[in-house]
Amino acid sequence: MSNPSTERILNGEHSYLTIDGRIGGVVLDQRKHPLPWYVTFAIGFGLLQVMMLAFTWLLYKGVGIWGINIPVGWGFAIINFVWWIGIGHAGTLISAILLLMRQLWRNSINRFAEAMTLFAVMCAGLFPLLHTGRPWVAYWLFPYPSVLGVWPQFRSPLVWDVFAVSTYMTVSALFWYIGLIPDFATMRDKARNRLAQIVFGILSMGWRGSAGHWFRYETAYLILAGLSTPLVLSVHSIVSFDFAVSIIPGWHTTIFPPYFVAGAIYAGFAMVLILAIPIRAWYGLKDFITMRHLDWMAKFMLGTGLVVFYGYLMEAFYAWYSGNKYEQYMMMNRWVGPYAPLYWALIVCNGITPQFLWSPKVRRNLAMLFTISVVVSIGMWLERFMIVVESLHRDFLPSSWGMYAGTIWDWATFIGTIGFFTFNMFLFIRFVPMINMFEMKDLLHKITGRVPAQAITQRAHEAAELAEERA
Amino acid sequence: MDKRDKSQLYGLLAEFGDAEEIVVAAGKAREAGYTRLDAFTPFPVHGLPEAIGFRDVLVPWLIFIGGVCGALAGFGLQYWINAVDYPMDVGGRPFVTWPSFIPVTFECTVLFAAFAAVIGMLMLNGLPRPHHPLFNSDRFGRASQDRFFLCIEARDPRFDGAATRRFLEELGALSVEEVPA
Repeated sequence: MSNPSTERILNGEHSYLTIDGRIGGVVLDQRKHPLPWYVTFAIGFGLLQVMMLAFTWLLYKGVGIWGINIPVGWGFAIINFVWWIGIGHAGTLISAILLLMRQLWRNSINRFAEAMTLFAVMCAGLFPLLHTGRPWVAYWLFPYPSVLGVWPQFRSPLVWDVFAVSTYMTVSALFWYIGLIPDFATMRDKARNRLAQIVFGILSMGWRGSAGHWFRYETAYLILAGLSTPLVLSVHSIVSFDFAVSIIPGWHTTIFPPYFVAGAIYAGFAMVLILAIPIRAWYGLKDFITMRHLDWMAKFMLGTGLVVFYGYLMEAFYAWYSGNKYEQYMMMNRWVGPYAPLYWALIVCNGITPQFLWSPKVRRNLAMLFTISVVVSIGMWLERFMIVVESLHRDFLPSSWGMYAGTIWDWATFIGTIGFFTFNMFLFIRFVPMINMFEMKDLLHKITGRVPAQAITQRAHEAAELAEERA
Repeated sequence: MDKRDKSQLYGLLAEFGDAEEIVVAAGKAREAGYTRLDAFTPFPVHGLPEAIGFRDVLVPWLIFIGGVCGALAGFGLQYWINAVDYPMDVGGRPFVTWPSFIPVTFECTVLFAAFAAVIGMLMLNGLPRPHHPLFNSDRFGRASQDRFFLCIEARDPRFDGAATRRFLEELGALSVEEVPA
């Protein structure tokens, strides 16, 4: 296994053309797709059908097919909503925050991570919609002049959520598309197929790469990154307000917003690694997504994992320090109550597993890194289960205590959205350049400061040919 | 092609091999007195907008205006609903509880500013524009791939077919091509 510290953020001998060829070739040469693409896509498509089935049955029968009850009215729908939207956050962190920090290594993973954000937010958005029970009137969530004469309650975090998530989805899509315009122009100019030329021509909006256009483009892109940075922090903070603004034991704490944001980035980096490790191997992109990238992402995971673990410790501390018996009971209930195995599994997944990432050997071992990422994703799901279910199932009045478990339809919906996500991700890989080509060329230019030797010889060759033609 | 009427010519397109070369070439063309020129590159080249004499500060202002409109729209909406259209007296509490209006106001600010950024940038750039005389050139496709182009337009007062071509060739262009309008 190669050593990340000696690896660069761009490996191999590359010229501008080989970068285009390697990344754009995946889209332009449709016959060359590797077998794992078909297998994973088929699995994703199959699970998507499970989702459609679960949705259809839900729309027919109502939310009664789910395991939700009184007192646990939130259940899987909210667990999965928070889990998915958290996964999306790493994409914006990579594309916006690391851009503002001038971290050049983000260039090879931002497109990919932004796509992940979009699809994760799509999956997330489905859950609260279905949880309303009547998704066909979901537009009631938005303020519009209705004949009913009523308006949404703007003092409720649930309405803040509608604005936060829809703004996040829209801004992420804009950011992603703006990043794609110059690459669509490259694809338009490289394509030999008439259909591809027309489609990419429309998508590129006639981008010519004029110096003035680039100037405005970079200004807009940078400010958009500056806007996305507080936006992404606000989204998961507002999601955490859904809990923290209530008075339920275990929810009513001020640590929730930062703890949620750290957990979101933690889960998101795990998902980026789960996707990047196999895909870079299948598509020969190891020159662009190097061991160094994986190493940095693993360190991000470790760092945010420690923040999350600190959150767990502080929750326990607050429960004790508050002197509030409901808070204290809630904590004891987590440790030794009916769901105690899930709590301890959570501590193993999210508190202990990431500690292996301190070791450079583990960060270099792709199988280990992949496994840890999967474990972290499971851990983050358990965390949301713990927060949503354990605070609700035993609150103030023992007479209203209850138990909760997901039904087969809860699981079908959840696993179905994983299929939906995979399906979208693999369509994206096949039809859109998955690494930002112009930023990689910019990176090559910045690293080398001159044209690589290979390109110089090629250019000399072409100049000679042109001279011959002219003569 | 050489005998073409000047009015039918869009300009002369010179091809360069690297980012540094085009910045130098663009600077020299400006020094030589050409004013209607533009450069086309596969990625943003720093110093190039200055070299061709491009200056624009509108985008940040548009985004700022977008953000202010968003903030006013977001807060105004909540104010109007809670104080004017549907005031609800909950135990004598105030109608305009402004701290609870902040999250939605913030989200609207970001949303409007982001739209201003994207739409403003595209409109100022004159995009979408699927057809442009430069696309008539066979070599121009490489402006989005690995080559750097400098175009001196025929409407430039100093433009002179043969002299401008010689000037561009002397700058070290790999090729110089006439682009029909």
